[in-house]
Amino acid sequence: MTEPNTSNAVLVKKLVLAVVCMFGFGFALVPLYDVFCDLTGINGRQINRVDASQTQLIDKSRLVKVEFATFTGQLSGWRFEAVEPFVSVNPGQMKAVKFRLVNLNKDTANIQAIPSVSPGTAGLYLNKLECFCFEQQLINPSSETEFVMQFFIDTALPKNIKVMTLAYTLFEVENQAVVYPAQEQNNDRS
Amino acid sequence: METSLPTHSDNHAAHHGPAKGIKRWLFTTNHKDIGTLYLWFAFIMFLTGGAMAMVIRAELFQPGLQIVEPHFFNQMTTVHGLIMVFGAVMPAFTGLANWLIPLMIGAPDMALPRMNNLSFWILPFAFLILLMSLFMEGGGPAFGWTFYAPLSTTYSGDSTALFVFSVHIMGISSIMGAINVIVTIFNMRAPGMTWMKLPLFVWTWFITAYLLIAVMPVLAGAVTMVLTDKYFGTSFFSAAGGGDPVLFQHIFWFFGHPEVYIMILPAFGIISAIVPTFSRKKLFGYSSMVYATASIAFLSFIVWAHHMFTTGMPVAAELFFMYCTMLISVPTGVKVFNWVATMWRGSISFEVPMMFAIAFIILFTFGGFSGLMLAITPVDFQYHDTYFVVAHFHYVLVTGAIFSLIAATYYWLPKWTGVMYDNKLAKWHFWCSLISVNVLFFPMHFVGLAGMPRRIPDYSIQFADWNQIISLGGFAFGLSQLIFLALLIKACRKKGEPVPAKVWDGAEGLEWDLPSPTPYHTFSTPPKIK
Ligand code: HEM
Ligand SMILES: [Cu+2]
Repeated sequence: MTEPNTSNAVLVKKLVLAVVCMFGFGFALVPLYDVFCDLTGINGRQINRVDASQTQLIDKSRLVKVEFATFTGQLSGWRFEAVEPFVSVNPGQMKAVKFRLVNLNKDTANIQAIPSVSPGTAGLYLNKLECFCFEQQLINPSSETEFVMQFFIDTALPKNIKVMTLAYTLFEVENQAVVYPAQEQNNDRS
Repeated sequence: METSLPTHSDNHAAHHGPAKGIKRWLFTTNHKDIGTLYLWFAFIMFLTGGAMAMVIRAELFQPGLQIVEPHFFNQMTTVHGLIMVFGAVMPAFTGLANWLIPLMIGAPDMALPRMNNLSFWILPFAFLILLMSLFMEGGGPAFGWTFYAPLSTTYSGDSTALFVFSVHIMGISSIMGAINVIVTIFNMRAPGMTWMKLPLFVWTWFITAYLLIAVMPVLAGAVTMVLTDKYFGTSFFSAAGGGDPVLFQHIFWFFGHPEVYIMILPAFGIISAIVPTFSRKKLFGYSSMVYATASIAFLSFIVWAHHMFTTGMPVAAELFFMYCTMLISVPTGVKVFNWVATMWRGSISFEVPMMFAIAFIILFTFGGFSGLMLAITPVDFQYHDTYFVVAHFHYVLVTGAIFSLIAATYYWLPKWTGVMYDNKLAKWHFWCSLISVNVLFFPMHFVGLAGMPRRIPDYSIQFADWNQIISLGGFAFGLSQLIFLALLIKACRKKGEPVPAKVWDGAEGLEWDLPSPTPYHTFSTPPKIK
């Protein structure tokens, strides 16, 4: 049998390097995916946090229907609903809507609402001034809380999008490490 | 390819036979021994995974829950898939690579014989861990072989850590095997064995090995992220912490789609060896076969999201992945065309390896057609996660990959053992398998189109008749494989007619110039390639 000669060793080193790189690539997909989604807005996680100085002229020529969906996910003993199931707004028009959250449990809970917009690309044009999803919310036991969410639709919204759905799913946050918070990443969009 | 054989190698073998007893197998660095170990291991895993399939089919024999609990049913589908993919099909191809690549390229052994021993011997431990996890409290993995998050993170049991560990070992083993194949083909070819003279089995394995090196580490990354999400509080796949469960599917299928080609490219190589032999003609379009294999391998990296059409991708992405997926059928079609053209006007004889090869060509192509249907995005919304998908991938994997493995066994087994196997048993094996496999998988198309979901232990009453037939086909297919087991045991005990060096008169390639049974050491001096 032949002992590994040098060219074997060189080849093995190259191949092992390729393996290590591909292992790294698997992890690199995580930030790449985020960047890709943020740029294209394709998975609806894109939430633009804006402030009052960024308001736009109202485009009275069309109305967009914004529907609200609420999910309690894996939590039990919670009621979570949008006070109005949908609103119709002109692009550029500021709108405040209310969500009601009822904790039927006997424990305090730290809640994070995760938004998602569909169609995914519509997320690029949903500008929020105020949202309970910006922060974790400490909810008292057996309590009812009302949240206000203030938003406007960007006037650049493509004409073919006439309806969009904004969904919130609740998660209880204990000590889950936040790897890359989706909201904060987009703060600087202006 | 004519060769002049160094007569030296025969008496060489007589001097250095294998060690005796169990130590021969534990410490062996001989490519033939390791090939045999891989093949037997794969066959045992095939029977083990098959037994789980019998449990699944027994439960699905009737609607309602009869035999097992839903949670156990889920463990069966999961572990059946994992064992068949990583324990049966992949090790069997590695076993063939070990046996055949050195013989086909005129090398004395694999390039890295000690690593070869290691890469085999860690495998049994991986599967021992996986199988033992079934007996843990809370049971084994139950989230499907695709272990989608959050099923494998939030909703999985304590055995998940063992699952991750065993997948890591399987991955390391196949990566080592792939490195060995590449180094062997690069550095150990006999003088004169140029790239375009390599038998197609060597070519397809060469390309497969690169696929393995590219995607097995990504699988390792995916299971690692599942592990840290579950146990160490990261949120790669958890929306609560800013992650995204859909990301899991992207990472998994970036591995998963090339993986399905890892399981079929070596099969293409096998069929390309068998069909010319029994057609007594040269393979039609050798170089187009090589290029087709390479383009399939390349394309397999840009189609992964055809498994994710229903995850809410934007239309542009759905179209991109739909067209790329359809594009793959072009090089695949080239291959099928070449095999048929090889048979065209050949003087075909129907020995058992050829019968399996022809069944492969027809039934694999059939699986390709259902694949094309699934590739059409709008209709996949209906087909996705139904038995139609199950029918598709069993046609390409059972009548594809597994049939090619059986064909390869019948083709090269006489060379390895030196005796002809029991032809009568082999024919029984073929006809029983062929009929039962179609009774088993063909009606799955119907129940799938009618809406029967996959991976569910119960179903509505209108699917009952077909499911009964499917289950009967399943039991028959399972039993048919016991014929194969009997045949293999008989052949390994060397019961049968001795065969000449060139077992099949139309066969070409270096391995057929070696005496049968193949001596323990071969090509200690490289053969002359004309
Ligand atoms: C013409 C070639 C092929 C096409 C167009 C094709 C297309 C597809 C599509 C679109 C799906 C996803 C279906 C769904 O989940 O809704 C699928 C699933 C699958 N295919 Fe193929 N395929 C092809 C060949 C193959 C081959 C050669 C193999 C393996 C040897 C294979 C193995 C699988 C497996 C295992 C799945 C199911 C994975 C799972 O969800 O568990 N396919 N195929
Ligand atoms: Cu695929």
